[in-house]
This record gives sequence, structure tokens and C-alpha cells, in this order.
Amino acid sequence: MAQINWAETIWLLGPELILTVGALVVLVLDFVREDDRGPLLPGLTLIALGGAFLLSFMYLGLDRTALFMFEVDNLTTFFRLLATGTSVLILLVSVDYVRSRSRHAGEFYSLLLWVTLAVILVAASSDLILLYLSFELLSITSYILVGWLRDEARSNEAAMKYLLYGAISSAVMLYGMSLLYGAAGSTRLEDIARTFSNPAVQVGTLDELVLPAVVLMLAGFGFKTSLVPFHQWAPDAYEGAPTPVTAFLSVGSKAAGFAVLIRVLLMALPMFQVDWAAVLVAFSILTMTLGNLVALVQTNMKRLLAYSSVAQAGYILMGLAAYVATDTSTLNGVAGVLLYLVAYLFTNLGAFIAVIAYEQATGSVAIADYAGMVRRAPWLAAALVVFFLSLAGIPPTAGFVGKLAVFGAAINAQLYYLAIIGVLNSVISVYYYFNVVRQMFFMPPPAEGDGRISYPQAMGLALTVSLVGTLLIGIYPQPFLDLANLGRQFLAMLPLA
Amino acid sequence: MSSVPLSWYLIVAALLFSIGAYGALARRNAIGILMGIELMLNAVNINLVAFWRYIEVTGLAGQLFAVIVITVAAAEAAVALALILAIYRTRDTVNVEEIDLLKW
Repeated sequence: MAQINWAETIWLLGPELILTVGALVVLVLDFVREDDRGPLLPGLTLIALGGAFLLSFMYLGLDRTALFMFEVDNLTTFFRLLATGTSVLILLVSVDYVRSRSRHAGEFYSLLLWVTLAVILVAASSDLILLYLSFELLSITSYILVGWLRDEARSNEAAMKYLLYGAISSAVMLYGMSLLYGAAGSTRLEDIARTFSNPAVQVGTLDELVLPAVVLMLAGFGFKTSLVPFHQWAPDAYEGAPTPVTAFLSVGSKAAGFAVLIRVLLMALPMFQVDWAAVLVAFSILTMTLGNLVALVQTNMKRLLAYSSVAQAGYILMGLAAYVATDTSTLNGVAGVLLYLVAYLFTNLGAFIAVIAYEQATGSVAIADYAGMVRRAPWLAAALVVFFLSLAGIPPTAGFVGKLAVFGAAINAQLYYLAIIGVLNSVISVYYYFNVVRQMFFMPPPAEGDGRISYPQAMGLALTVSLVGTLLIGIYPQPFLDLANLGRQFLAMLPLA
Repeated sequence: MSSVPLSWYLIVAALLFSIGAYGALARRNAIGILMGIELMLNAVNINLVAFWRYIEVTGLAGQLFAVIVITVAAAEAAVALALILAIYRTRDTVNVEEIDLLKW
């Protein structure tokens, strides 16, 4: 057993330790009487999240360091920034939401910190054991968050459906992992790849064990990223959950799913790329087409965004399906996935923030109630239009740059039909996004509720950040492109790259 | 090495997993579904320990994995039962066919 250098270990795990301590402290301080604590809990949560976010910048460009099962490399850094950044924005919009819905604020903030930690752990694990453990940490905390409004039947029901789907799919994933362990004799992703690349081992003879293992594991990963046909939980959980939690599920937990896909498929199974890439292409086509078609008929804003986020997962997956290991340009599939995730973070969170602000003021998430929104909240309506433009992939917004990256990767990999289906799907999506815009701009507001809408400053701040991010990536994508490329570089450091 | 071949363990695990999956998909009672899921997880444990015994040359990864699966399954069951209780209080049923506020 090698000697452990504690100082270095603690330094390398900095953001995770901050989040852990923060979550525990918030949970304990929840015992302080409500009148005495003021904004103590959200304040501490903000400090923990912000500290972890800022600290993560220190690891940018760091050489790969493996702490047994925990990988500190550029991909981990990328997901540290993504996860903590997402949670900061979600925290800003949830303060008001939480205060008005339930007394159990401490649990909410503590769980928000845990769930952020789980996303980072998932992205950083390089061993099937830690991967499974952090995957379950993410799932179980998400179940509790979805059911957090425990006196509300819809929230309970959403959590129960999410849990039952989630538990079954994680059992299936686990069965796949056990088969993979059996085929390779190791749980370390790198050792698995090393076993399969050993010329003495005939990969062909392992097919009957590895291919079922890959398909079974994809069921679990596909559940987290809400790929069709593992998406059925998404609309129900999204609709029933507290809206800030919905926003987290659609961005943070989806990003974790893609991190796992990247880690497992590229670190452990590069030898089987021919096989899994074909499956991913099929998933990608199914996911974007079905997500977009079902979104056309939705009448509830949260459900509309749920199906829209299913469709977005299909676009993101395209980048991974079209990954070419020898391609080092920026249109390499993995860089495309990472860039799309950043673009999607700002865009989708922005849309949800606008929905939360409107929901807090009007108490409704029905699309019909968005009628005349432009007269009641012009700034909010305008921001929502930008986010919808970005979700539909129209320049000069982040969504356009993200789509360019993944469609470009598909074309580079000569998957022309995949790119064409993607473009056709983007056209379909314009219809339902702009149906909402039509409601907001061209329909008269209801007679009884046409007053101006106000929202707390924290929400305004979060909305501004998302709006600036969305437009900045669209107009000047270079820094984000560099970040995505940096995140992708961990691939070059693998022994079998 | 014992005389029971590895494949026997794998066949038992596969059967157990299938029975669990059938239970999870066919039962209408939420608690029944949970029991099916537990069977699926136990099948995985048999797989892991059998592979550890027959395949892994050095180390304890398979056993460690099985212990962690057992622990996580307990945590998951705790959250699941709490949720089922919460639902029973508001809806007076644990039949998943009657829990249908959210659809399409």
C-alpha cells in the first residue's frame, strides 16, 4: 500500500470537501429556530457552492492525478465547474420558492449540496464501485428532492415514479456492471481496457459477455440522461417536482449521465466502439425524434420543457455517437458534448428560472396562462424568447454553437443521415417553442390577472447570468470552446489513447 | 478449486434476476415492486461474488462491490418505504395503478 500524502489529497479533493462540510453544517443548523436564523441557511449554502465553484478553477489544466478510484483530471474539473455553477443558479431561484412552500428549508439546501457533490463524484470515478456508489448517491438524493413537498400528492407521486423507474434501471445497470467485472476481472475502468487490449485475449470470444454488459449498463446511464426508451419517468418527475429541482434534474443530473457515458465508454470500452457507437446512434435518433414529437402536444410548461430536454439529450448524444478517436479538431465528438452541456446549462436553466419567476407570481405553469405575458413582465418574456431561440438552435445564441459542434462531429464522422435527422428535428422544435412565444406576445392577458409581475432580486440576478451566458456563448464561444477542449484532453492521457 | 463450475452460479443469478424483473414489472403493489428490485440486486451480488471467486486473481473488488450493493439497497429501500408511507397518507393506496395524477 502506497503512503498517502494527506496534504495533497485534501488539496485535490477541495471542492468535494467544502460541499460535504457545507451540507453537514446546513443540516445541523436546521435545528436553529426559524425566527433566529434569518438567511443563515441559504447564505451558508451559497458560500459552500460558490467556494467550491471558485476553487475548481485552480485545477484547470492540472495533469491527471488518480486518487485510487477518484480521478482528478480536466474532465473532473469541467464537471466540478458545471455542477457547482448549476447549483449556484438554482440556489438563487430557490430561496423564495422554498420559503413560500415548506418549513423544511434546511433539508432542501443540504440535499442541494449533496446532489451537487454526487454529480462531481459520478464524473470523477474511474472505478465501477465508486461509480455505482456515487450514481446511487445522486439518484437517492434526487428522489428525496423530487418528493420534498411531502404534503403535496403530485410531488409524492412524481418521487415514487422516479424511484421505481430509477431503482429498476439501476439494478439492470448493476447486472451489466457485474458481467463486465466478470469479463475483465477488474472493476477499474483502465484495467478493463487493458485486459481487452491484451493481444493474448481474443476480444471476439468475450462478445457474449461484454455486449450484454454494455447494453444493460446503457439502460442505467440512459435513465439518467433520459434517453428514449428510458425516458418515461422524466415528464412525470419534472411536472411533479418542485420547479427548482426540475431545473436541476434537467441540467445537473443529465450532465452526470453524460459524464458516466464518456468515462465508461471511452476509458473502459474503446475496443468495443463499433458496437456501442451503433447503439448510441439508434438511441440518439429515437430520443430526439420522440422527444420533439411528443412535446408538440403539451399544455403544461414543465412537461413541455421535460420533453424538450429529452430531445436535447438526443442531440448531445449525437456527439458521443460520432466520436472519432483520431480526430483532434474542435469538432471532435466529446468536445462537442461538453460544449453543448455548457450551452444547455445556461439556456435550459434560464428557461426554468423564467418559468419559476412566473410561477411564483401567478401560481400557474399552464402554457395557456402565459397569454399576454409580454404586457405583464416584458423583461421576463424577452428573456424567455432568447432561451427558446437558443433551445431551438437559432443564432446568435448558445444553442446554435452547441448544435454546430455536435452536428459537425456527426458530419466529420460521415454520419450524414444522423446530422440530417438532427436538423429536421430542430425545425420541428421551433414549432412548439414558438407556440409559447405566440401565447406570450399575441394573446390577450386574462381579464382578472393582468397586473405587472415582480420577482425577487436573486431571481433577476440568476436570470441575467443565464441570459448573458446564453448570448456570450453564441457571440464569442472561444473561451467555452477552450474549456470543452481542455475537458476532452483527459483522453490523451489514458494509457491506451 | 471446488467442483461446482462458475456457470452454475451465473445461471442461478440469471434466473433470480429474471424472477425479480418479472416481479418488478408485473406487481401492482408498490411494496411488491420493491421486493422484485431487491431480488434483482441479490442476483447481482451472486454474480459479483462468484466472479470474484473464479475470475479475479488478486484483490477484493468483487466482495467490496457486493457489500456496497447491499448497503445501497438498504438506503434505497428506506427512502422508498418513506415515500410509500407519504403516498399512503395522502392517497390511501399503494397500488401503482391508482397513483395516476401525472400522465402524458
